[in-house]
Amino acid sequence: MTKVEELTQGVLSGDVRSIARAITIIENNAPEAKKLVSSIYPHTGKAHIIGFTGAGGAGKSTLIEKIVREYRRNGKTVGVVAVDPTSPFTGGAFLGDRIRMQELSTDPGVFIRSMASRNYPGGIARATKDAVKVLDAAGKDIVIVETVGAGQSEVEIIKVAQTVVVIHAPGLGDEIQAIKAGIMEIADIFVVNKADRENASKTAMDIQAILQLNNKETAWKPPVLKTAALTGEGVPQLIEKIEEHRLLLEKGLKHKRSREKAEAELIEAIKEKVVSSVLEDLRKEGKFEQLVGKIVEREIDPATAAEKLLKKALKDAEA
Amino acid sequence: MQTERKIRVLIAKPGLDSHDRGAKVVARALRDAGMEVIYTGLRQTPELIAETALQEDVDVIGLSILSGAHKTLFPRIMNLLKKKGLTDVTVFAGGIIPEEDVAEMKKLGIKEVFGPGTTTELIIKYVCENVPKRT
Repeated sequence: MTKVEELTQGVLSGDVRSIARAITIIENNAPEAKKLVSSIYPHTGKAHIIGFTGAGGAGKSTLIEKIVREYRRNGKTVGVVAVDPTSPFTGGAFLGDRIRMQELSTDPGVFIRSMASRNYPGGIARATKDAVKVLDAAGKDIVIVETVGAGQSEVEIIKVAQTVVVIHAPGLGDEIQAIKAGIMEIADIFVVNKADRENASKTAMDIQAILQLNNKETAWKPPVLKTAALTGEGVPQLIEKIEEHRLLLEKGLKHKRSREKAEAELIEAIKEKVVSSVLEDLRKEGKFEQLVGKIVEREIDPATAAEKLLKKALKDAEA
Repeated sequence: MQTERKIRVLIAKPGLDSHDRGAKVVARALRDAGMEVIYTGLRQTPELIAETALQEDVDVIGLSILSGAHKTLFPRIMNLLKKKGLTDVTVFAGGIIPEEDVAEMKKLGIKEVFGPGTTTELIIKYVCENVPKRT
């Protein structure tokens, strides 16, 4: 048996070591990564994938811990991928989400993996979606992705998750913040966490008010829920809503979303492939370095330089 | 896309310490040296630590202990790691471990013991040089 076959079997049987190794291989983009993903891919598509995003300190990790416990009470197995930022200066990362859910570590029905963003944009890591596939193939009923503490435009999670929960904490802005584009548009469910705090109802109302301005008829209207992650208040209601959303997806939306996700993944894979092969060729010719020098000297701007470099490559592609 | 291996380190606090300044200083230093550091938080059982190392697939584990319970807790941790097949993980320890216990700790498979006053530079150098090779 090859290493990939062995790992695939391990993952499919739910072996913890194999799952962990598979994720590392994918994260490091090791030579066998591509084969591994393609060999587990046919076994994916069964888990419900839930994304949790929101500002740092809103209570994502703490809330996830409570949610996992509730799912476990309902007899579901759960995988968690928790992403924290990589330093743009040193490449290092401090992965601290796990601390909030650490007690779940010894539950055999739960697998938690911390992941550094490795400077991938959009609030997740490049490897996140494939790590989710590993957990899905390993038979987890629910896979939860926690993004890095996200600002206004980190919306990459919609390409990974089927249900997106955006978490707010009271006191971080008024209805003008709520009307902005970006993260406020991607939520299937809004949560105002720290509901025991002053202003929680006001924050929920601000979000509600902006949602009512939406005059498009949609099958799903994002609800606004209140939770207190520390006590677990509101968690069963949140899970109920997630389940409602899942059922709606099952009824029809799922196909559309799956196609959108597949399209986004295909485009991304093409980009990655094209960029790396074209760059490699360009570097070989030496013209690349020459143009870099010219850009530094302000003799040419980057966009024109790129056009110049690509003219030949694009012509080749056309022919 | 090129292969990019990062050193993954687990910093763990076994037992009933309520003080983790040292562990955080080391975690921060390793982070700044370009590693991915997972911190368990305080009051961890050997089971929690071993299971975390397994799920996170770390290369290196740093155990920090101040309570004096290393002779009870470290053997359990090392046993569990072995049981889970994590024999290719480098384990080092730090905190308050008396000189006369060091040999015993090393016999358990703990590769190095750092005492008070160790510089973070030394620990970084140690970790870099002791990352296990993997196929």
